[in-house]
Amino acid sequence: MALILNEDEQMLRESADGFFADKAPVKALRTLRDERDETGFDKSLWKEMCDMGFAGVLVEEDHGGVDMGFMAAGLIAEQMGRNLTASPFLSSAVLAATALRHGGSAEHKSNWLPKIASGETIMALALEEGRKHNPKATNMAAERSGNGFKLSGHKCMVLDGHVADQLIVAARTSGEAGEPDGLTLFLVDPKSSGVETERTIMVDSRNAARIDFDDVEVDADAVIGEVDNGIAVLNKIVNAGRAVMSAELLGTGGEAFKITTDYIRERKQFGTEIGSFQALQHRSSHLYSEVENARSAVLAALTALDNDAPDTDLIVAMTKAKVGTVAKLAGLEGVQMHGGVGMTDEYDIGLYLKRIRVAQELFGDAHYHMDAIAEMKGY
Amino acid sequence: MSDLDQFRAETRAWLEANCPDEMRQPMNGFDDACWGGRNYVFASDAQKIWMERMAEKGWTVPLWPKEYGGGGLSKAEGKVLAQEMRRIKARSPLSSFGIWMLGPALLKFGNEAQKKEHLPKIARGEIRWCQGYSEPGAGSDLASLATKCEDKGDHYLVNGQKVWTSYADKADWIFCLVRTDQNAKKHEGISFILFDMESSGVEAKPIKLISGRSPFCETFFEDVKVPKDNLVGELNKGWTIAKYLLTHEREMIGGQSEGVARPMSEVAAGFLGLENGKLADSMLRAKIAEAEIDEWAYNNTIARKLGEAKAGASLGADSSMLKYYGTELNKRRYELLMDAAGHDGLEWEGDRSQDGELSRMWLRTKGNSIEGGTSEIQLNIISKHILQLPGA
Repeated sequence: MALILNEDEQMLRESADGFFADKAPVKALRTLRDERDETGFDKSLWKEMCDMGFAGVLVEEDHGGVDMGFMAAGLIAEQMGRNLTASPFLSSAVLAATALRHGGSAEHKSNWLPKIASGETIMALALEEGRKHNPKATNMAAERSGNGFKLSGHKCMVLDGHVADQLIVAARTSGEAGEPDGLTLFLVDPKSSGVETERTIMVDSRNAARIDFDDVEVDADAVIGEVDNGIAVLNKIVNAGRAVMSAELLGTGGEAFKITTDYIRERKQFGTEIGSFQALQHRSSHLYSEVENARSAVLAALTALDNDAPDTDLIVAMTKAKVGTVAKLAGLEGVQMHGGVGMTDEYDIGLYLKRIRVAQELFGDAHYHMDAIAEMKGY
Repeated sequence: MSDLDQFRAETRAWLEANCPDEMRQPMNGFDDACWGGRNYVFASDAQKIWMERMAEKGWTVPLWPKEYGGGGLSKAEGKVLAQEMRRIKARSPLSSFGIWMLGPALLKFGNEAQKKEHLPKIARGEIRWCQGYSEPGAGSDLASLATKCEDKGDHYLVNGQKVWTSYADKADWIFCLVRTDQNAKKHEGISFILFDMESSGVEAKPIKLISGRSPFCETFFEDVKVPKDNLVGELNKGWTIAKYLLTHEREMIGGQSEGVARPMSEVAAGFLGLENGKLADSMLRAKIAEAEIDEWAYNNTIARKLGEAKAGASLGADSSMLKYYGTELNKRRYELLMDAAGHDGLEWEGDRSQDGELSRMWLRTKGNSIEGGTSEIQLNIISKHILQLPGA
């Protein structure tokens, strides 16, 4: 297992690091939040990210991408996570690109992938319906109608849903909620009649939407993958989402840990730096160990995806659970060790805590994945 | 076919032909390992044959140079060998403090005569070593050790006491920290010496532990004469060697949960059974899932850190992280297994419980986070050397 970065990957990591720290630091998120920016991300930043090839990282060269794979996508996401950078990278460049690459027809691919890679089109995944992530529980109805289908139901937590040019929607064409079979993925124009989108302002000041579908008509060629067997492509999409989100969360948790360690090195009480107290040192050292383990997990998951390893589902599930738990600890310890100022909006640690809370929930929290790995291992 | 593929194919074929079936079964804990030594009684013919065959190829210490009894393998070849052994669930052919601790220290700090004398005997399992580090007054504060070593012209004279000397009653030789300068600062008057446990004046008394077993000894030295050639490195510079060796010890202790041990979930399912395909205790199921995830991530960290370190180099302060986390995990593992075993796990004697194998192992693991530097000491080291926190 290649748990060590090669030269290209190290270079990408360094250039992404410099890029996001320079162009999209935490104060950029504050500006978006405080100005109640309608888009929720900086369009010119997104344009620059696309020019750097980031949006095409999972798109084949034939379709205008750079096709560098999941390790590269993860390295970019980690740097975004460190800086709390808001962008449609995950929704469009990871989730939608994976959906079209593995489920799209030749026409879908040639129509949309170049536009995803260039940033001209932003796509979002409309999957979640309830309070908790659970793809099999998808219950939105897709009934056959004429040459195509009619979609009715409700979606939530659609990342970048309010600015998406196209939606990839998971709906049920047969079977009952809870069954993996009977799901189908559709490409839907959010301007279609019957689609109503509500932007939801979230705790992390990042983008999401609730979307209602009321008898929304789509053609048969809107289907991505196979009818009733959408779970095959959906599984690839959620694995991509879990792994790349884990990489982002590693960046966020790791940075929360770093700024906290920096803080306790400087902050003085009782005439000395509080970082000299063993009560904080031991907790920091424990957290260091956990962040290292989270990093190992993320590298394993990205490698498994790039190699299409047979145990990818298991590795990705373990990774999302591990990183979610570790990042949460980093956020909690971060605020506690900052003391009073950790509760203020002025200090960044609170923004990290909030983003971690969201990111650990997306694509399944630790409990969801612990249950899943127990099931996969037969206990 | 690349050289490495070629090596893999040959290794696989050789292992298939030479690893006895009995040596492809999981070990029942640390004590099931093959330790070697002058007086070692092999548990089976298979254990003896396996050790001898591997030693013949130098694969008991695959990365050591061939001239010292090693396999002379590159780091990449060593990894292939480990993978191929894991593939057939082959046991380690030889476990010893000579391999894990003294060997690396001698390779780095020993003179040519010492390497030629001691390393091949370690590789072939002929001499079993023990470690004379801790003393009654020098536990976590190891550098305050007091065992006295005087220069008597043609030899050294050693007087004092060690404690927690693992298997001192079974070992043939000891590598020992002694105080050679009473007046220097505590870290600067320590030397690293080697001597035969059959020397006159050496006595090892087993200490009975909470597990009822006695893997550790109190070791007494009264006027023990040690040849001057047995000083490793420079006089009074032993602390450097001691620390280097400790990083290897920590890697060894931390890595104990890795490898051939059966998954916790499998053992627990054997005790409790499944209901509707799920472990019949839903709370324990969640805790085991969490522990297995942590174990998996930790094993990946070991692989990553070893991969990042240059061949043969020590992991430095990260060995403290691995030691800390690995031992805490191993304790967690046995707490969960005891939870799963319930009433049956509490049996202490009799064939049904193999004389309390599980409960005694559970108790033994409590020492993991104490020996080789407590968890608290490891956390101090991480704070100081990695996080560079003030005053640490």
